[in-house]
Amino acid sequence: MQATTPSSLASVANNREQRVPGTNLLGTGLETRGVHAWFGKKHVLSDVSLDFAAGTVTALIGPSGCGKSTYLRTLNRMHEFIPTAALAGEVLLDGQDIYAAGTDVTKIRLKVGMVFQKPNPFPSMTIGENVLSGLKLAQLKKSNTDELLESCLVRAGLWSEVKDRLSEHGGALSGGQQQRLCIARSLAVEPQVLLMDEPCSALDPGSTFRIEETISELAKSMTIVIVTHNMQQAARVSDYTAFFLSDGGPGVMVETAPTSKIFSSPTDKRTEDYVTGRFG
Amino acid sequence: MTQTTIPSPQTPWATSFQQRLNTAGLIALGAVLAGVAVKTTGLSGKLGFAVSFFFIASLLIFIQQLRLRDMAAAKDSLLSSFASLAIVLTLIPIISIVSTVVIRGYQGIHFGMFANDMTMASVNDPVTAGGLLHALVGTIIMVGVALLISFPIGLLTALYLTEIRGKLARPIKFLVQAMSGVPSIVAGLFILSILVIPVTQELTGLMGSLALSILMIPTIARTAEEMLLLIPNDLREAGVALGATQWRTVSGVVVPAARSGLVTAVILGIARIIGETAPILLVSGGADALNFNPASGPMGSLPFYIWKAFLTGGTEEAYARAWGGMLILLILIISLFSLARYLSGRKVA
Repeated sequence: MQATTPSSLASVANNREQRVPGTNLLGTGLETRGVHAWFGKKHVLSDVSLDFAAGTVTALIGPSGCGKSTYLRTLNRMHEFIPTAALAGEVLLDGQDIYAAGTDVTKIRLKVGMVFQKPNPFPSMTIGENVLSGLKLAQLKKSNTDELLESCLVRAGLWSEVKDRLSEHGGALSGGQQQRLCIARSLAVEPQVLLMDEPCSALDPGSTFRIEETISELAKSMTIVIVTHNMQQAARVSDYTAFFLSDGGPGVMVETAPTSKIFSSPTDKRTEDYVTGRFG
Repeated sequence: MTQTTIPSPQTPWATSFQQRLNTAGLIALGAVLAGVAVKTTGLSGKLGFAVSFFFIASLLIFIQQLRLRDMAAAKDSLLSSFASLAIVLTLIPIISIVSTVVIRGYQGIHFGMFANDMTMASVNDPVTAGGLLHALVGTIIMVGVALLISFPIGLLTALYLTEIRGKLARPIKFLVQAMSGVPSIVAGLFILSILVIPVTQELTGLMGSLALSILMIPTIARTAEEMLLLIPNDLREAGVALGATQWRTVSGVVVPAARSGLVTAVILGIARIIGETAPILLVSGGADALNFNPASGPMGSLPFYIWKAFLTGGTEEAYARAWGGMLILLILIISLFSLARYLSGRKVA
């Protein structure tokens, strides 16, 4: 990896084509108010308030164990999938609290899709079936599924590689292709927000590059929140960056700002130490 | 451009032919010395030969390794000798059982046996009279009905343990484990005392199936649970994150991913019960006539056919008939296990 200096990261962030928040609005976006999270008695995340404007990419960075993945999973209610999990605060999607009583959790997850760290295509399904599996699983009726299949694979940057082998099993693809297949799968149910939990950490640089291209393409039509350990990646793909840190206690969100500012002139000393590689 | 010569593939770590020859020579020498020992000392018979052969051959290899290499290698060779002994001890009963059944059962087999039942023949008649059609049909029907009862219950139990993980999961898991140790005659007595005597008052194939289900459910539930636990949690999360309910995720993602494992669970369940004799004797009556209806009238089965020929017959013909039935049962079980290995060995993708 090349040397990481704040100025080089800032220039990466500045050289990128800048997106204007609020263009191509699909909704009014996603925001959180004072989110805390627990696993059992352990308080792992404290008082995180963040806004994710529609049509932007936000990167969540920070050392391991700072609660950024936990925070990401509170945004589509995957947090509660862990048996001992607990939560406080509000997560507002289009102004509605997704944790409000009576909310249908499956509808929330349809609107807020997720891509995981490890590529996880469904092993019993073909490539084509994998892409369309969300429709079947969520029992959505869609006409013209062939068109949807193609458009999802095109947007995930995988169409040209798999268009002749749609009836093969997903396990036959490389790791990077599998991850793009998983992105295509989450696009098929047409979410307005896409959460990505370190989507490139198990991939080689070439695949990482393809996925970053895909992210830039997708950001034109949806809101993206990406957790990453790779600060170069945060600088390359995100409009905003939020820095998370835990000093042994629960993780807190130290600072959020436009990405170029985080990597050039962060307000907080701890952020500066982290992005310059002085620790973490 | 330089031409690179491709070397021929080598395996320098493999045992050389010379080494193999030396070891084989030592083992042969061990056999000769064991023969001498049996002749000259108080040891006698096959057992004496086998024991002295093992110790002499192990000792010779031990000394060879000690001379060629060092103490560690010599100790290593001693462990190999004992491991080989264990393999032989395991194989002896298996090979002995299978070969006895094949050699003796071979004389009790003829093509007519698949077309006739025992209504017109007695067990003491020549083996070419009558047949085991009724027993084969009865076994297949009873096992089939038991499977229809046990598979849904076993699979749902496994899903409760792995997917729902309710408050009762721990006690249920314990109960299922305990149930897989229930003696088969207890299952038969249970059905006899709660259904046959107080309710139906008739020995039927269905009662046999119910008794077999008691034995089959724990096997299927435990195997299915192990297979479902192998499915990575990532897949469940991926399904739920796509907006699926838990039930849709389980039925659309988890169970299909575990499909080949569930087939194995079914076949192991069948193999567990197909040779059961005690519960069948108690509740299915045991018939000599062909009966396709599990709900009415007694039903024959292969274990019953074998049991009856052995117990009620006294002639060589009757014994040959029983061994023939055993051979058919053994072939059925071995084919099922081979099928299970084949299916579980196949990749899902």
